[in-house]
Amino acid sequence: MTPSSKTPPTWGGIPLTRRRILLGIAAVGGFLAVDIGAVAYLGGWIGTAHRLTPHIFIKAFEWVNGKQSGFRKNHAKGVAVAGYFESNGNGREVSSAAVFRSGRTPVLGRFSLAGGNAHEADMLSTARGLGLAFGFPGGAQWRTAMLNLPVFQDSSPQGFYDRLLASKPSPDTGKPDPKAMAAFLAEHPETAKAMKIIDQSPPTPGFADSTFRSLNTFYFVSESGTRTPVRWSLVPVTPPPPRNSSGPNALFDALVRQIRSGPLQWTLMLTVGAASDPLNDATLPWPADRRAIDAGTLTLTSIETEHAGNARDINFDPLVLPPGIERSDDPLLSPRSAVYAASYRVRAREPKSPPAVNVDEVAR
Amino acid sequence: MSTEIEGTAAAAAPPQKFTALSQIFHWLTAILIFAALFIGFTMVNWLAGYAELRVIHMSIGALILLVVILRIVNRARHHPPAWPPTVGRREGKAVIWTERALYFVLLTQPLVGWAMVSASGTPVRVFGVLRLPPIAPFNIDVFSFLREAHSILAYLLVVVVAAHVSVVLAHAVVLGDGMLRRMTLHIGRRERSRR
Repeated sequence: MTPSSKTPPTWGGIPLTRRRILLGIAAVGGFLAVDIGAVAYLGGWIGTAHRLTPHIFIKAFEWVNGKQSGFRKNHAKGVAVAGYFESNGNGREVSSAAVFRSGRTPVLGRFSLAGGNAHEADMLSTARGLGLAFGFPGGAQWRTAMLNLPVFQDSSPQGFYDRLLASKPSPDTGKPDPKAMAAFLAEHPETAKAMKIIDQSPPTPGFADSTFRSLNTFYFVSESGTRTPVRWSLVPVTPPPPRNSSGPNALFDALVRQIRSGPLQWTLMLTVGAASDPLNDATLPWPADRRAIDAGTLTLTSIETEHAGNARDINFDPLVLPPGIERSDDPLLSPRSAVYAASYRVRAREPKSPPAVNVDEVAR
Repeated sequence: MSTEIEGTAAAAAPPQKFTALSQIFHWLTAILIFAALFIGFTMVNWLAGYAELRVIHMSIGALILLVVILRIVNRARHHPPAWPPTVGRREGKAVIWTERALYFVLLTQPLVGWAMVSASGTPVRVFGVLRLPPIAPFNIDVFSFLREAHSILAYLLVVVVAAHVSVVLAHAVVLGDGMLRRMTLHIGRRERSRR
């Protein structure tokens, strides 16, 4: 048809034969298929239908709670606190972490209520959270996100995800659909068992007299390299009498008033586990007779509305650990870290709005 | 020793090669970059692997930063060998800009990663022991900007690397002009341009 069939096109002075072009397409196409395919799969564009990813948790929180722009996707309602940890040196027995040397470490923290609705009304039965960052923003920080529960409700990320979906308030009653919750518990006997344990220790009247626990197990590593399984807890030191508060922020208002009238204190107890204890299952308690080391006293002296630059902007990632504390193989830890990071990224880019708890608006 | 695989008129003279040091830097970068990219994409989508991979990803990033700085010094001291004569003027310009883009992203991406972790107030620890100082202030808006930039740069890197590999593969396979052999390490083998 055209002369081109006689004089083939050239590239760089070299004639392009059909064979060369096909080889080129095969080589380049093969490389691109593998390369882009890998990126698409690993990057989560394809093949995520049957995988639980951090993004799917963020979507699920949004489905349950609606869009909560600028807030944490879980434990959305909270207030920032600050103080210090006074170590008595006893923790050195199990951990070389600097925080356990005798002396003071500054602490930033955040009290919160479980759930992704930043304007949910306070309820005694809602799990209370305390996130702490020891030594923030230093290089040997220890961050922890604790709950006022004896055990955690779930032993796996799938369990947490399923429970989250089952907890969606029904539009009619404002409460989770009992059928969905029953179906969930039937499928997750570990949660049903954990709920029974949780029911045996009813919540205290307020944040200040709550015992907060790590729930997950961590390994404490001593100077000599000995690894000890530890669960820690913050036990309230003679809590001040709770001030009566009411309204949608009753728990937080009482906390604000209590810190105003004097510092709040907890003893940091390091409970030492045995090899036979459940180290990778946060729904199971350890035997009550396990030795606990009194490592020192946490004192919280000030409270602030969440704002830019305070605890609002800290991700209480349980895997930000100093040398001397290591994660265990508890299957919740890596997913917690991953989902917290996803929540942090999403809320960082969202427009912010005023939090429900405003310290200045709490009457003296 | 055969200099031609396809037996054409191309590359009548054996192509010049990069220095051994440049070659080592190049292939080291290639391995580290593919590892960092694939691990990075994987870790943010893999709940169980996130904690472990994050540590590895950050360590590889620190290594890339070091290697790229050494490469830039090396690049300034050694002019690379000439292209095969098959690279025309316009294609040459494209190759130069691809190379510049690669160096830019390779240098920027680890710095953005380091700065973004710094801006979240989180300590940057690599290889399990080495603590790097923060290079950005604790600020969630700075974090957010850098975090999104880190993803954009990652995809940009995928595109630029894909362009780079595709062009070299096309030259090597279609033209057999020794484009790839300039960079293949001599390990006692003769023909390494077939991939």
